[in-house]
Amino acid sequence: MGWFQRLSDGLGKTRSAVKQSLDRFLGRPPDQALIDDLEASLLGADLGARVVDRLITQVNEQARSVSGTTVADLQNLLSQTLYGVLKPVAGSSLEELLNKGPKPFIILVVGVNGAGKTTTIAKLAQRLSQAGRRPLLVAGDTFRAAAIDQLQVWADRVGAELIRQRHGADPAAVAFDGIVAAKARHADVVLIDTAGRLHTKSNLMDELRKVKRVIGQELPGAPHEVLLVLDATSGQNALAQARQFHEAVGVTGLALTKLDGTARGGILVAIAEELKIPVRLIGVGEGVDDLQDFNAEAFVAALFGQPAGAS
Amino acid sequence: MLDALSDKFEKILKKLRGQGVLSEQNIAEALKEVRLALLEADVNFKVVKDFIERVRQKAIGQEVLQSLTPGHQVVKVVWDELSDMMGRERAGLSLNPQPPTIVMMVGLQGAGKTTTCGKLARLFKSQGKRVLLVAADPRRPAAGEQLSALGRDLGVEVHRHDQAHATTKDVVAICRAGVERAREQGFDLVVLDTGGRLHIDDELMGELVAVKAATSPHEVLLVADAMTGQDAVTMAGQFDQKVGLTGVILAKVEGDARGGAVLSIRAVTGKPIKFIGVGEKLDALEVFHPDRMASRILGMGDVLSLIEKA
Ligand SMILES: Nc1nc2c(ncn2[C@@H]2O[C@H](COP(=O)(O)OP(=O)(O)OP(=O)(O)O)[C@@H](O)[C@H]2O)c(=O)[nH]1
Ligand SMILES: Nc1nc2c(ncn2[C@@H]2O[C@H](COP(=O)(O)OP(=O)(O)OP(=O)(O)O)[C@@H](O)[C@H]2O)c(=O)[nH]1
Ligand SMILES: [Mg+2]
Ligand SMILES: [Mg+2]
Repeated sequence: MGWFQRLSDGLGKTRSAVKQSLDRFLGRPPDQALIDDLEASLLGADLGARVVDRLITQVNEQARSVSGTTVADLQNLLSQTLYGVLKPVAGSSLEELLNKGPKPFIILVVGVNGAGKTTTIAKLAQRLSQAGRRPLLVAGDTFRAAAIDQLQVWADRVGAELIRQRHGADPAAVAFDGIVAAKARHADVVLIDTAGRLHTKSNLMDELRKVKRVIGQELPGAPHEVLLVLDATSGQNALAQARQFHEAVGVTGLALTKLDGTARGGILVAIAEELKIPVRLIGVGEGVDDLQDFNAEAFVAALFGQPAGAS
Repeated sequence: MLDALSDKFEKILKKLRGQGVLSEQNIAEALKEVRLALLEADVNFKVVKDFIERVRQKAIGQEVLQSLTPGHQVVKVVWDELSDMMGRERAGLSLNPQPPTIVMMVGLQGAGKTTTCGKLARLFKSQGKRVLLVAADPRRPAAGEQLSALGRDLGVEVHRHDQAHATTKDVVAICRAGVERAREQGFDLVVLDTGGRLHIDDELMGELVAVKAATSPHEVLLVADAMTGQDAVTMAGQFDQKVGLTGVILAKVEGDARGGAVLSIRAVTGKPIKFIGVGEKLDALEVFHPDRMASRILGMGDVLSLIEKA
């Protein structure tokens, strides 16, 4: 079962409830019970109380002011509003960036602990090699136990080169080595792994700033992409993560992982609205091929079901 | 944003406390703010709904409305209910009189299982116990090596048998052998570090059931990430239903996540929260304090002192 199917199934109950109530409400504005149902499903998708309150207000207004409003109209209204928020952040795909960008194209991957940074790098490396590019991996997590070995295993599997130093080395120095090696070996894309860190730890955020600075000194204009990896399972805290990482190192793209579970990553909406950072990728499994481009339409459809008329 | 909310919340409570007479209207307004605080903290919306209803029932009761300090009473009702839901016990982990105590760690990918295994090993080693760690995640790249590295740092033995394409049978065999070794060699505690998995992955959930059946662990602990959102209920509910939990450890609590997931997890599993993880280092493990978590979820620095001042 695909992630889209799973996402949709998660909200299937709400959708069928909505459909059933269609009969009950035919020709009349929807009642409170329906609005409550809607609210519950929106909250359950991690959209957050503030976004949900706003959406519900909109729905209420439309239901009251436009006579003959049907449930399907409301569903459409929601989909369209969310699509409006998410479409701008669908942005360019990574492929497009690489096509336009310089060589080597440097991608710095950041995020909180366990979000999926290392695995996302592996998946990206696989995708890039298959597209005929030469990725170079850089083991910038010198802190977590066996983080370097983890990336080495992936590098071997996907047949990419890895630049590494010993455990405990200065991550900025490893990144520096990576850039030097990329230039010497004519790599197309450099994927720099970093240690997971909570956005509230200022010393660790400073360390990340330093990594970025050193990269820029060695290759002016780099990194060309700072990719923040977010776990779709996380709730409202993801907004704080995005804010703090953005402030520290200027995030230019997002990757949302673990969408193959039952979580729905609704927090993306608040992040998109506030920070307007493009969502580049979604992770839908632990395998090396479980990576897809973000598609705003599919994402909204998975949250709410297909817009009326389409299903 | 979160701070602004808790400020607002404090103001409302202050207003309530200052009020000589409380109306149901006052209470409803205050509870609206409480509801928002809980949702912002990622407490599951169904749990929030039930919670608010219970508080409303109690708060509009005669004792509260007719008491000399009704505002004070409402705050106290919120607080008491929250602490009740969180569980009042300070659980920790006690070893079986008949060694070895067998502990199995389970949870989603990246939650913090392996690190928490290291933390438990360190804790019990410091109490003079002999601990064996079992690398039961042969699939994720370098998961075994990660546990071995922690074991080396701690001077704790690690039972490990890496296999490229491990089946459920292989994983069960590793765990059984680990427990057997612990028994033969007189270890006090053996901790099984299973791989991360999704609660909807029936095959991998079945593997946990098989490991459990083969090793009869005294504790099956769910390691959950403090940043988990609304899905915490589904996740924890499924792990409990399919595998059966004895307790929960919440990791990554030292950040600014409000950790409302813990309340949702308690609500669906009823299982005690044993420890919290407060850092990546192996000494960053604390026994869970329900009252501290309650004030954190509401976003108030110190609710108790507020109540006392009221
Ligand atoms: N189900 C699922 N699991 C994933 C996905 N992406 C990563 N994982 C798993 O999540 C866990 C953590 O992934 P890592 O790539 O190690 O995460 P990280 O951000 O590098 O972690 P740290 O370096 O420790 O901060 C691993 O068990 C991965 O296999 C995904 O899209 N879906
Ligand atoms: N800040 C912080 N990080 C933690 C804590 N506990 C674990 N981590 C980090 O979270 C990340 C994932 O931890 P692991 O122990 O590898 O998680 P896991 O559940 O074993 O992951 P998989 O085996 O891949 O499913 C690592 O970067 C750990 O250092 C904690 O209490 N605080
Ligand atoms: Mg990593
Ligand atoms: Mg692990």
